[in-house]
Amino acid sequence: MYTVSASPHIHAKQNVNRIMYDVIIALLPAFGVSILFFGMSALYTTLIAILSCIVIEFLIHKFLFKKQDFSIKDGSAVITGMLLAFNVPSSIPWWIIIIGSFVAIGIAKMSFGGLGNNIFNPALVGRVFLLISFPVDMTLWPKTTLNQSVDGLTGPTPLALLKEGIVSGKNIMQIKGLPNYQDMFLGNIGGSLGEISALAIIIGGIYLLFRKVITWHIPVFVLLSMFVFSGIFYLLNPYMYINPLFHLLSGGAMLGAWFMATDMATSPMTIKGQIIFAVGIGIITMIIRMFGAYPEGISFAILLMNAVVPLLNKISPSRYGSSLSIKK
Amino acid sequence: MKLRKKYAMQTFTKGGIHPLEHKLSSKQPIEMLPIPEFVQISLSQHIGVAATPIVKVGDSVKVGTCIGESAGFISARVHSSVSGTVEKIESIIDTSGLYRNAIYIQVHGDEWESNIDRTSDIVSKIDYTPQYILDKISQAGIVGMGGATFPLHVKLSPPDTTKPEVLIINAVECEPFLTADHSLMLEKAEEICIGISLIKKVLGVDSALVGIENNKPDAIALMQDIAHKYNGIGIVPLQIKYPQGGEKQLIEALLHKEVPSGQLPIVVGAVVVNVATAFAVYEAVQKNKPLIDRVVTVTGIEIPKPSNFLVRIGTSIHTLFEAVGGIPQNTEKIISGGPMMGKALIHSHMPVSKGTSGVIAVPYNLAHRDEPFNCIRCARCVQVCPMGLQPYLLQLYSEQRMYEQLETNFVLDCIECGSCSYICPSSRPLLDYIRLGKNKVSQIIRKRKQK
Amino acid sequence: MTILYSILVLSLLGIIAGVSLFFVAKKFNVIENPLIDEVEAMLPGANCGGCGFPGCRKFADVLVNSESIEGLFCSPAGQEQMEKIAEHLGKSVSKKAMQVAVVRCNGSCDVRPVTNEYEGISSCAFAAQLYAGETACSFGCLGLGDCELVCAFDAIHVNVITGLPEVITDKCTACGACVDACPKQIIELRKTNKKDLKIYVSCVNKDKGVVAKKACDVACIGCGKCVKVCPHSAITLQNSLAYIDDELCKLCRKCVDECPTHAIIETNFPEKKKQVQENSSDIE
Repeated sequence: MYTVSASPHIHAKQNVNRIMYDVIIALLPAFGVSILFFGMSALYTTLIAILSCIVIEFLIHKFLFKKQDFSIKDGSAVITGMLLAFNVPSSIPWWIIIIGSFVAIGIAKMSFGGLGNNIFNPALVGRVFLLISFPVDMTLWPKTTLNQSVDGLTGPTPLALLKEGIVSGKNIMQIKGLPNYQDMFLGNIGGSLGEISALAIIIGGIYLLFRKVITWHIPVFVLLSMFVFSGIFYLLNPYMYINPLFHLLSGGAMLGAWFMATDMATSPMTIKGQIIFAVGIGIITMIIRMFGAYPEGISFAILLMNAVVPLLNKISPSRYGSSLSIKK
Repeated sequence: MKLRKKYAMQTFTKGGIHPLEHKLSSKQPIEMLPIPEFVQISLSQHIGVAATPIVKVGDSVKVGTCIGESAGFISARVHSSVSGTVEKIESIIDTSGLYRNAIYIQVHGDEWESNIDRTSDIVSKIDYTPQYILDKISQAGIVGMGGATFPLHVKLSPPDTTKPEVLIINAVECEPFLTADHSLMLEKAEEICIGISLIKKVLGVDSALVGIENNKPDAIALMQDIAHKYNGIGIVPLQIKYPQGGEKQLIEALLHKEVPSGQLPIVVGAVVVNVATAFAVYEAVQKNKPLIDRVVTVTGIEIPKPSNFLVRIGTSIHTLFEAVGGIPQNTEKIISGGPMMGKALIHSHMPVSKGTSGVIAVPYNLAHRDEPFNCIRCARCVQVCPMGLQPYLLQLYSEQRMYEQLETNFVLDCIECGSCSYICPSSRPLLDYIRLGKNKVSQIIRKRKQK
Repeated sequence: MTILYSILVLSLLGIIAGVSLFFVAKKFNVIENPLIDEVEAMLPGANCGGCGFPGCRKFADVLVNSESIEGLFCSPAGQEQMEKIAEHLGKSVSKKAMQVAVVRCNGSCDVRPVTNEYEGISSCAFAAQLYAGETACSFGCLGLGDCELVCAFDAIHVNVITGLPEVITDKCTACGACVDACPKQIIELRKTNKKDLKIYVSCVNKDKGVVAKKACDVACIGCGKCVKVCPHSAITLQNSLAYIDDELCKLCRKCVDECPTHAIIETNFPEKKKQVQENSSDIE
């Protein structure tokens, strides 16, 4: 007895698991760098985050949704856990990260209906919740084990130094302690677990491009719009505004552009929408960094643009037959 | 027309996928399948009104005898492909999946109608009037042999308000597994070119473009060689991408023009004809031979010897599989046509029709669909859609029965190529829902027009 | 002091807002016939569309504003309720017989063998346009549940064991949604009565008898015995399919015994006395 179904009768070798595992592999370089610079606390924080995300998702599926046949093997909980851990200082207390996981998975993902139905990036919702609820713990960055030049156990991030300096009336040249570009590129700076090394993140991002998990439009346009926006102000007044390359390599810009903004469920479905989304993120990030109270703004920028995504999805892609004839 | 180097890597611009080609039978020459013991010739092997039978039970027929007369403006004649006796006129399930009337003929011998030229000499004289050629095409019951089966004489009589400028020959064969057109071009290139010249005469156009995908370099070289002798036939190699064989995509790849939504290709001056149909035109006009046989690829991953056969119309598909070693044990689906747009058959005892370009036996691991998962909003379906639609949205509207939104989102533009369902990582049945939506929207539009 | 000021200012704002809302509501009030509200309250409020109008409110509007409501009827409300509405409006409503949806196919899995396995979405409309079906009968029920999906009254469910839909006659309001939804036109609205006694031919197969019987054991083969035996000429035969007219049928049940394939179904009748001829079948 044969099976009868409608066409097509073959399927690509893609499934959700493969995409998720590719993202996890792409995050490994940044993970490795974090252990190198922050030691075992980075490992513990990440593992606690991953485990708590998996457990919370399993419990919600089983007892709240009462689903019989679900699978947590799809790796999306692991990715949320990793990204949440990458957005917090590695010295954060274990119970805070568990609360963060609960908010990320339970509130930002499951309460909207599970994978694919959420509007806001779960890891960022968790991170912002923690930032607002536990501002002290979330802004005490540990000294990197390699950078011994700063006294004490904690070291500020480059952006925190910058904001503090500007607010206290200094101009760019007078701010002490800003790291050089090599350190920022390789990761020898203070900051959250996963955002320190631009190089590791770019390697992961190129892997994702190569495996066709993401398209180049969002990362390139986020970074480009950040560069152009801060570049304009830098050209107008180099004493008040630091140069654009600093902005690209500092804070969560790289992590945000390559991994957080490109999250599939919360980014637009069409290329035109994605470009507008990315430019919006870049501009809002720079506005918060340069004129806002917080030193780092990419988390808020991404969440704000996530809210606009349903509207951006109404922009249709260019249809065949909508232009009467195209001449090359 | 001079072949310009610039054409070397042409293709269409939107979407498209690259399934594995599996052209297992591409090096196989065309074999003659022995004449079967009986044939079942369906009376609706074409789009439009089914043909009306003009023979009764007990009548004797020869190869080429007309057994079904055209029954409307969009209809075609049907001819017997064997000689023997009409045993019954019954309702059977044919390769369309639905019950259709078919004429069952018990085969005796192989007697052909006297006016058919059975020699293989090439007849190149084509100084006929366009009307003569059109009449011969209509009498021979020629329909589009790429799978769409639109009656050719209707396609070649466009309305007076339009003017054909280019003839496009579809030799792309973008579906995986199929090699019928490829093998036909390798063996009958000269005849195909004569057929193309005949069609050009009917339409009154000066130029013809033949699109061939780059995975057939031997066919491209041979056709280029032979087409040089003929005026106005250009061979254009195209990049390998599915669904390049769709007429809208082919027109964009060759002419860089887009057919407006809801219109026919003739409004941009193009008429698209399959290469096997061009060969059938040669046989009809130069040899008086109606459409009674065609090349069919019999293939599959587990088939011992995938081959291309010249098959009489109406032969049971079961016989075709027996000629290559039988249907494999673990076959899950039998497909008529290609794996992307073909139809899965209920059983293998169905007759070959004019549009059957291949039959494929698919094992379980290729055929089965995974359990559908949540839409992860990866937008791959939007990226691959060759018509620039948004399959995830159309599927949602169709499931929620929001037919007005379906219409405003141009669901009727969908060419049902299957790229969206193919690429979806969550194995969601996108095309199933879109087809359902198209069906319902067409019904609503028809009711609206009637009011 | 600042607290007092805050309270005063906010209270003042609240009072101003309340008073302006009051005047705006009065000025822009839409005057509607109060009868429409009353009639709408008397209707079931299911918004099923069976009356032919989009929603109960629109139907109430039409009832109030039409000269005569002879042709208008709400099946979910029923005859009694429609008469109450008519009385309230001072108009008269036509008498409509009680109807219920009937599924005219009895081809369950044990009598209608499957010839292939369908894989795809659970939509009867889709499967019907795709191919002839999982069984050899191309007219029969596909069992994928389009009728269940459209029913607004939870009155029809597909039985997972037999694969056929079953109507709960108490809940069915004869609105006609399932009749439109079935792509094979198997469901029909038939006359019924308080005890829900019905007789109908449970088959829509128009193939010749031999073909129909091979596909399904309980198909109508168009033999015509029921036509001959009916004393009220209520049965007609067309395209090898018998059909019982529910206006002419007097529920005498002669056709039910006569049918050789048991294609004619009777519902809710009391058991007849068993005949002696049952013994011969036991011996086989």
